[in-house]
Order: sequence, then structure tokens, then C-alpha cells
Amino acid sequence: MATAAATQTKNKSVLWDWLTTVDHKKLAVLYLIAGTLFFVKAGVMAVLIRIQLMTAENDLISGQVFNELITMHGTIMLFLAATPLLFGFMNFAIPLQIGARDVALPFINALGFWIFFFGGLLLSMSWFFGGGADAGWTAYVPLSTREFTGSGMDFYALGLQVSGFGTLISGINFIVTIINMRAPGMTMMRMPLFCWTGLIMSILIVVAFTPLAAGLALLMLDRLFMGQFFIPDYGGNAILWAHIFWIFGHPEVYILIMPAFGIISEVVPAFSRKRLFGYSAMVFAVILIAFLSFMVWVHHMFTIGIGPITNSVFALATMTIAVPTGIKIFNWLFTMWGGKITFNTAMLCASSFVPTFVLGGITGVMLSMAPVDYLYHDTYFVVAHFHYVIIGGIVFGLIAGLHYWYPKMFGHMLNETLGKITFWLLYIGFHLTFFIQHILGLIGMQRRIYTYMSGQGLETMNMVSTIGSFVMSAAIILLVVNIVYSAFTSERITVRDPWDARTLEWSTPTPIPEYNFAQIPQVRSLDPWFYEKVHGDGKMKPSEPLKDIHMPNGSILPFLMALGLFIWGFGMVMINMDVPTVVTGIVIAVGFIMTFGTMVLHSKEDHGYYIPLERVKKIEKEVG
Amino acid sequence: MAEELSKPFDKSAMTLQERAEHSKETRIQIISFAFMIGLTVLSFLAVGTEVLATGFVVPFILLLGVIQFFLQLFYFMHLKDKDHGWPNMLFSSGLVLSAPVVISLILLLGIVKW
Repeated sequence: MATAAATQTKNKSVLWDWLTTVDHKKLAVLYLIAGTLFFVKAGVMAVLIRIQLMTAENDLISGQVFNELITMHGTIMLFLAATPLLFGFMNFAIPLQIGARDVALPFINALGFWIFFFGGLLLSMSWFFGGGADAGWTAYVPLSTREFTGSGMDFYALGLQVSGFGTLISGINFIVTIINMRAPGMTMMRMPLFCWTGLIMSILIVVAFTPLAAGLALLMLDRLFMGQFFIPDYGGNAILWAHIFWIFGHPEVYILIMPAFGIISEVVPAFSRKRLFGYSAMVFAVILIAFLSFMVWVHHMFTIGIGPITNSVFALATMTIAVPTGIKIFNWLFTMWGGKITFNTAMLCASSFVPTFVLGGITGVMLSMAPVDYLYHDTYFVVAHFHYVIIGGIVFGLIAGLHYWYPKMFGHMLNETLGKITFWLLYIGFHLTFFIQHILGLIGMQRRIYTYMSGQGLETMNMVSTIGSFVMSAAIILLVVNIVYSAFTSERITVRDPWDARTLEWSTPTPIPEYNFAQIPQVRSLDPWFYEKVHGDGKMKPSEPLKDIHMPNGSILPFLMALGLFIWGFGMVMINMDVPTVVTGIVIAVGFIMTFGTMVLHSKEDHGYYIPLERVKKIEKEVG
Repeated sequence: MAEELSKPFDKSAMTLQERAEHSKETRIQIISFAFMIGLTVLSFLAVGTEVLATGFVVPFILLLGVIQFFLQLFYFMHLKDKDHGWPNMLFSSGLVLSAPVVISLILLLGIVKW
């Protein structure tokens, strides 16, 4: 029985293999590719926005298109670029770091990716059907109701709903994986911090994406089925949307920054040659930040008129977040303190993350003071603040993670010289773009305006900001060039541990066999790989004999199920278009049948297959 | 091993002792179900008979609701069983996170409404 299924991974075409894969390492690559595509798309939008604002009274882009650009830029960057890029690294590193052969639910993992991808595609379809979503990424009602906005917002509601499902089930999958799939000896408090932040992020996803799904469902009912949840004229409540959105929206930004914290907490100790300072305090701080992130959403709505008492309560709650964040900042600093630091690209990104994030954090505390927020609200100060935490936090984290895990993922290093130039370009371009926006905001330039008058003292600073955005674009282009260049010129890496790092993923051979660990390792300490290098014989102790390895079967069903949801969602959007009802009905029916039909197909039992012992031994000889 | 996986669970993996525990569990479920039906009937009676004052009925029904909520979680959804530490943790953190949200929404939405 075991031998019969063993050969079935062979004889697949490359395309079919990638479409049907349930391997967490391949899905990680898919996540990275899809995330990068969306990142580039939203980045081009950002450059267009900056070009429009370069000079006073510029008429390159109309106000409508500008609204669509800022909305899609924000939405895509948060939901379809940052989240999947982080999911990519989590997918790759978390099973390896906890000593597992795959995530707990590989099928669900693939399903999560494809649903996210098709949700993003659905949102992007809006450009071809009457323009993108145009009510801001927050989609505040009444602007986003059917009265004021076109089909772009239908695509927003449905596209985010679909991609939100994908994110939600991936989050659940990570929780189950981290709780159930840890290797023997890998207790919770021996987990690398990236796993901890991944776990907390996933819990936040489960708790925060559900209100979003509910809110988007209400918005969809309002827009497509003549609902009136948010329309005051019919007894609805417009403030309800703002509440629901920010109950989701505030944890969302912590969902994004958590794994970035995790990446920094992996990279900094690895290149400082020290263990992470204050590990348990770091874990405590992450949990505390996660808890507080749910208690502060009203600070986005200070000027909505809820009242001074509520504002004060939420202002205080917001300020307390600075405490656990400060704990983390100091721990990173103390990790570097006295360490033997190697400043390669990953470490440059990780260490410059710290001061940049502090800048973003400080403006955050400034914004949290409710009375002063009346001045800052809806100005470029806010724009500068959140770009400092998002680019200074997440993008630097991502680039650090990319350079750090790249040899393990693809079997060769990224070019260091190009990497360092990328970093400096990005670092300089980023501060050039956004530092000056603090000042722009303070002298009164509003967010979300597509043009401004000349002679108000805004031209020079906007010009500087735009030049900075060009420098940042150059950095990202250089990063892509680096990836292509390194693929052709870099030496193959055959050693397990090119960085002399500390965590379990570096104990696997490069390239990693599909089963990750021939024998699940026995973990004896925090930083298990470092422990074995120093106290053991430089190899992980196995916790089981070498035997047949049970692996999940690949399946095309996740792809088809997600495609079904895409068609279904598109059919729903068609309700508001000028097409015959019958056509709309047919499209919806096709999507519905496809989604649930593939679920019925999936209910057939599938116990996976075994890689026989001989083959495992052969592979181990080849890679070891 | 895979053949075993295709069998119904109680035929493949459960010992006699486990099966006895399983039927005991079923009994507990039925009893708690009956108890919860009783609680529901009680709250319907409290309103329907129109004997009790409103000031008493509202907190009374809320109390019954809370009891029922915990019965649901702990008896129907097995939170009382051992090795349920993680579900317990996740359920309680969900509660801790959502209770303030719901309460403040109730309090705040009445103030600003347009």
C-alpha cells in the first residue's frame, strides 16, 4: 500500500504541480509571488498619487481617479500585499521552526491561498467595470452607499469578503498548527518569537476578521439588496459602520506588524550572535499588545463627536500600548548591545527598523491625545504616521526576512552589494517621502485631496516627498533586479546553515526535502539548533526512528473552490450592473454550484500517501 | 494504518472503557439539554404569564441566559473535559476581547446617531 502511492508526486507538469500543491514551502512561494504582484500594483498607484501631488494645481489625474487610486492603494497594500507577504514567510518558517512536516491542515492552507488570491483578483476586476473602489480604504458610509458610489464599491465589498475568508481560514490553520504540530520538547516557551507572533497574529485574525466579514455583509446588503443598515433616512446608523470598521481596522494593523516584530526578533539575535534579550518579556509584550489592540478602536473616531469622556478613555488605552511596545524596542536594543554584529542587508533592515518604528510610535502617541487629534485629524500628519509604522515596520521587516530566509527558500543568497544599495535607497527614499509629510500635515495639508492651490507653501515639500517616492521605487526595482540577478549568478548553497543561526529551520538540509525532517527532532532548549551546535554534536537529536513518512496528497480542489467563490462574487456584483437578471442568476448559480460542488467532492476520504523508507534514505543521502 | 482510518471511529480506535465513557458523556449531554430546555421554558413563563414585574424579569432572564451560555460552552462544547486548555483559553480570550466591544457599542451608539 505504502509503495503504491509513493511515486505519485512524480510525473506532474510544473504548472499542475503548483496549482495542486499543498506543500507549505511551495505555498509560501506562491504567497510571496502573489503578494509581490499586488505590492507592485499598489506601489505604482502610490507613485501616480505622488506625481499628481508633485506640483500645485496639477491636472494629470482627475479627482475621481485620484479617489480610486488612494482607495485601491490602501486596500491592496493592507489586504493583498502586506498580509500575503507575511503569510508567505509564516507558511515557510513556522512549520520548520516548530519541527513539523507541514501545517496541520495542508488542504486548508492551499484553500486559504487561493481564496485570498481570487478575492484580490475580484477586487482588481473593478478597474475594468466602471473604475476602482473610490470611498477610501475605510469605505465610510454614507459615501460608500449605493447613492454616492458606483460598482467599484461592490467589488470592494465582495472582493474583500472573499479574500477575508481566505485570510481567516489561513489564520485558523496557523493556530491549529502551532498548538498541535510542535516537535517533542518544543514547549510554548521554547518557540521562536516568530512563531509566537504568528500565533498571536492568527488569533487576532480570527477575532478581528469576523467583525469585518459582518460589516462587509451589511454593506453588501445595503448596496445590492436595498438594505438600510447604514442609511439614516431609513432608520439606519452611519456611525455603526465606522465602529465596525475600526473594531476590525485597528487590530488589522497589529495583525500586520506582529509577524514583522517576529522577523526582527529572529534576524537581530542571529546577526548579533546573542540570544534574544528578555524572551519571556517579549512574549508577554506581544500578548499585551494584542489584547490592547481591541480596546482602542475609537481613537480613529475622536472627531466623530462621541464625547470627551469616551475620547479620554480611549486616549488613555491607546497610550498604554506604548508600554509593551517600548519593552520590545528595548529588548531589541539590548539584544544588539555587546553583540558581535554583522551588518548585512537583513541586519541593516532589522536594526534600522528599530529607530524608524520608534518615530512612527511617537507620532502615534501624539495622535492618541484626543484634544490635539482635532488638529491632526485628516491631515498628512496621519499619513506620515501610519506610513512610518507600516513601511518602517512591515516593509523593513519583510525585506529583512526576505534576505534572511532566501538561501533556505531558494538555495542561493541574494547579492549583498545590490542588497545594501537597495536598503540605503529605500531608507533614504522612505524618510525623504514621509518625514516631510509630518510637517505638511502640521501646516495644514489635508489627506485625500487630489490637488492644492499654489502659494500656500505646500509646493516645495510636496516636491521633496515625490522625489523621495521615486527613490523608494528605484529601491524596489533594484530588489527585483537583485532577485533575477542572483538567480543567475549566485552560488548554490549546500550547507544547512549559511548564517550560523539559532532556530530549527536551519537544521534542515538545503534544499529542503518535501517532508522537511526525515526524523522529527527532539528539542532540548530555546534556540534548539544553537544549543545542539554548542552543547551537542551539531546535529538535532531525532525523536523517532527513520520510517515511512506520511504526506498529504495534492489537490486541485482548493483552486476550483476559490474560483467558484470568485465567480459567485462576480455574479453578486453583476446585480448592480446593466445586465439581464437571467445572466446574473446564471453566473451566481455557476459559482454557487462550483463552490459547494467542490466541497462535496472533497468529502471523499483522502488519507494521503507514504514516502517509503528507501526513498527517504536516498533523498537524505543526496541532500545531506 | 490507512485501512483503520477508513473505519468508523468507535470501531477502530476506542477501547471498551472509552466506549463506556462515551455513553456516559451522551447521558450528560441529554440531561444538560433537558435542563437548558427547562431554563428556556422558565424564561418564557416569566414573560408570558405576566405575573412578575418587568424590573425583575429582565435581570432574571439575563441571569438564565448567562447560565445557559456556560452550560452550552462547558457541557455541549466540551470545555469542561480535560485536555481542553487551548479551546478554553481561546474561548475566554474571545470573550474578554468581545465583551468590552459589545458593551461599549451599546453604550456609544445611542449617543451619536445620524
